[in-house]
Amino acid sequence: MASTTPTDLPPAPPARPGKSASTGRAGDKIFLGLSRGSGILLLVIMASIAGFLAYRSVIAISQDEGNFLTTFDWNPAGDPPVFGIAVLLFGTVVSSLVAMVIAVPIAVGIALFISHYAPRRLAAPLAYVVDLLAAVPSIIYGIWGALFLVPYLEGLNLWLDEFFAWTYIFDKTEVGVARSLFTVGVLLAIMILPIVTSVSREVFLQVPRMNEEAALALGATRWEVIRMSVLPFGRSGVISASMLGLGRALGETMAVATVLSPSFVISLHLLDPGGGTFAQNIAAKFDEANELGRDALIASGLVLFILTLLVNGAARLIIARRKEYSGANA
Amino acid sequence: MAKRIDVSGLTAYYGAHKAIEDISMTVEPRSVTAFIGPSGCGKSTFLRTLNRMHEVTPGGRVEGKVLLDDEDLYGSDVDPVGVRRTVGMVFQRPNPFPTMSIFDNVAAGLRLNGSYKKNQLTDIVEKSLRSANLWNEVKDRLNKPGSGLSGGQQQRLCIARAIAVEPEVLLMDEPCSALDPISTLAIEDLISELKERFTIVIVTHNMQQAARVSDRTAFFNLAAVGQPGRLVEIDETERIFANPSVQATEDYISGRFG
Repeated sequence: MASTTPTDLPPAPPARPGKSASTGRAGDKIFLGLSRGSGILLLVIMASIAGFLAYRSVIAISQDEGNFLTTFDWNPAGDPPVFGIAVLLFGTVVSSLVAMVIAVPIAVGIALFISHYAPRRLAAPLAYVVDLLAAVPSIIYGIWGALFLVPYLEGLNLWLDEFFAWTYIFDKTEVGVARSLFTVGVLLAIMILPIVTSVSREVFLQVPRMNEEAALALGATRWEVIRMSVLPFGRSGVISASMLGLGRALGETMAVATVLSPSFVISLHLLDPGGGTFAQNIAAKFDEANELGRDALIASGLVLFILTLLVNGAARLIIARRKEYSGANA
Repeated sequence: MAKRIDVSGLTAYYGAHKAIEDISMTVEPRSVTAFIGPSGCGKSTFLRTLNRMHEVTPGGRVEGKVLLDDEDLYGSDVDPVGVRRTVGMVFQRPNPFPTMSIFDNVAAGLRLNGSYKKNQLTDIVEKSLRSANLWNEVKDRLNKPGSGLSGGQQQRLCIARAIAVEPEVLLMDEPCSALDPISTLAIEDLISELKERFTIVIVTHNMQQAARVSDRTAFFNLAAVGQPGRLVEIDETERIFANPSVQATEDYISGRFG
């Protein structure tokens, strides 16, 4: 913004060289200092978090007698201390993927309904209600999940088990309430629905009128307009919206900790109770952990931090690519 | 192919605002009819009533009749989607589908209308691009995105897309206003060729263009600011420009107002 290329500038009058004119004022100096300071502060905070996590992780991992990446156990207080993130990584990724599979199609549907189908009188309140879902604290979702979703999903679990056991993932091998990764995924899906919906909706509303009219004038029905103009234009936006939702699902703590009955096993039978996620494990164990236990949890937090960074980085990459292929030059 | 349009007593609204009032005219098949008039006089709105695009604008509605040969486009059992498949349209700014290749852009309308075999599609796409005088420029890059073409090429691509489905009528809403003079000339030549096969209606702000390409010219005007637009007169283009029967037309054409 502040940068000016030589071609932007008219020939500078000799009495007022451009540089001193723009930086000589007190207000400019203060604002420049403030904004530069905030920028630097942000970098310092990020670096100190990363540094702290890395430092404590190194301490923990060096004392780990098991393999930190592949061990199916979490016993830093034992003798020898053995702990690993395999189960946590699996549980985090699987529950988040379940959430994505459920939430993204529904979110795209809601976003399309709000942006292209609903009459204006209905669209605004509906969009507001969806946004309101994002304002519910996650512990409330957790309580609701544990008290409502868990008992009510049992019927669905039995049904899935009966008809889809052949898919392996819906084969319920253990009897027990539905405190499973699948239930966690359903709950996470509800929680990430608002962010995915509202970002997708914004993208769909930005589809240039002339792109939609191009399809309409060819005799496209409303669905065909969406297929030919709206979805291609919005595709990368939906992907980045999903990534944002994924980032939230990966890091969700309280709701998962309230619903899941944790265990250190890896099972692709998603309906079976058990499993664990990074954030849930930290929340559950941090209070009673000893010194090494806390460092071990911090090390698992570092892995989550890296995972989330990767997801956000991927989202940024897609958004950046979108600029080139947005069709705004048409 | 190429039908006559008969408009009688057509009034169009945007919500409570009456945009054009009581317009009646006949557009002959296989001819070019140009609409001229000052900005905001409703020529584009009127054009958009001819393929029922007006009503996709929120609040847009129409009273009156538009007969395509003998069929009323606004009949109660007429599907607006079907109307738009019969009456094609080219817009002011070239609007190829940005994510589609050149080939897919031209084939888009065909794929909406039904299933074609691959070689049928290839034939029609080539024929349409040839008709739009674009084939030689794009034949080697049919799979490249249409948005990579120049503005004039994009507009000819849009014309190819519109004529690929063999519409009865081709509506053009200021098709050259975003183009340079050379691209404009290419489009004007194309219009003269296309009128052998299609009924063409073109809105233009460029009176020389109307004089060059059209057989008949309709002049639209507002009675006053805030009043709905009206058709002042429609006649042979030569008469409109040499010896119009209404004084307002002569004032507009000679640049005395508007």
